[in-house]
Amino acid sequence: MFRCVDVFRDEPRKGDLKVLAVTVSSGVVVLVGAVFLACAVEMVEALTIVLAVGHTRGWRSAFEGTGAALAALAALVAIFGPALAHVPLSSLRLIVGGVLLIFGMQWLRKAILRASGLKAKHDEDEIYRETVEELRAISSSPHRDRIAFVMAFKGVFLEGLEVVITVLTLGTSAHRLGLAVAVAAVAVVSVGLVGVVVAKQLSTVPENAMKMGVGVLLVSFGTFWTGEGLKVRWPGNDAMLLAFVALYLAVTWVLVGYLRRTRALPVVAL
Amino acid sequence: MSDRDRPWPVRLVKGFAMFWWDFLIGDTPELFVAALVIIGVVALLRGAGHENTAAVIALPLLAVVSLVVSVRRAAKSRR
Repeated sequence: MFRCVDVFRDEPRKGDLKVLAVTVSSGVVVLVGAVFLACAVEMVEALTIVLAVGHTRGWRSAFEGTGAALAALAALVAIFGPALAHVPLSSLRLIVGGVLLIFGMQWLRKAILRASGLKAKHDEDEIYRETVEELRAISSSPHRDRIAFVMAFKGVFLEGLEVVITVLTLGTSAHRLGLAVAVAAVAVVSVGLVGVVVAKQLSTVPENAMKMGVGVLLVSFGTFWTGEGLKVRWPGNDAMLLAFVALYLAVTWVLVGYLRRTRALPVVAL
Repeated sequence: MSDRDRPWPVRLVKGFAMFWWDFLIGDTPELFVAALVIIGVVALLRGAGHENTAAVIALPLLAVVSLVVSVRRAAKSRR
């Protein structure tokens, strides 16, 4: 017996497994991609700071600061995750859609400017060097290193806060908070392991391309959820997300090409 | 009165407000305004006119226009 299931609107039941195997497609794939990429990018930034703190001031305080920040972030998810489930779904989707639309357009705008050479690329080596210089300039205490703790805590907490917002908003709106948290954990652990292996070479991660991908996915989700919150009936339901991804990728490609061409033109004095 | 002299709850609330300000507005207030305009236009189309097709077209189209305007504005200021 088959029941038509929309993965974003209906709660799955035991008997829906076969249908879900077919319909877990565009929406969930885009959700997993958006959460994984966003978490990986933020983790690279946080890891750069933690590595700089650890190499310069010792690993104990760096790990303590990281642990405290992760505990604070976990507490935020535990408090706000279940609380968001009580917000009426259409209001939640409208708020989440609006936030993702703004956040996604900001990411995409930055990535387009970087790709077209109008903004300096995010250089992890440079950030690492600056953080190390800053830390070396401050004298350390022989016992507990408060500066290193605070630096590691701030780095992980601030970058992690963006991850928490992404995971909570995308996860709760799609009725897939558990999946979003699991994907985020996989991204954080994967980047953490890679970071430990490559140590200081985080600059080799194609961060701008990843940020561009996250921007496209966030704007796509933002458009989709804003419409859902305003009771817009999308043709093809969640398959429309793929159309949005294609649209925003095309716009990004055209904008980067246009800006590169106009940047290359010689300036003529009149 | 410096930030360090304020009681910690005040600093916490201020920090929380600053985070959301930077997160949503930051150096791109035009994108924040654009999102409000997009929501307003689509709500009008859906609420007043029950125009689903127009809303389906208007929402992504307005988002694209907002992005293009913001990128061009940034490109001009950087040249």
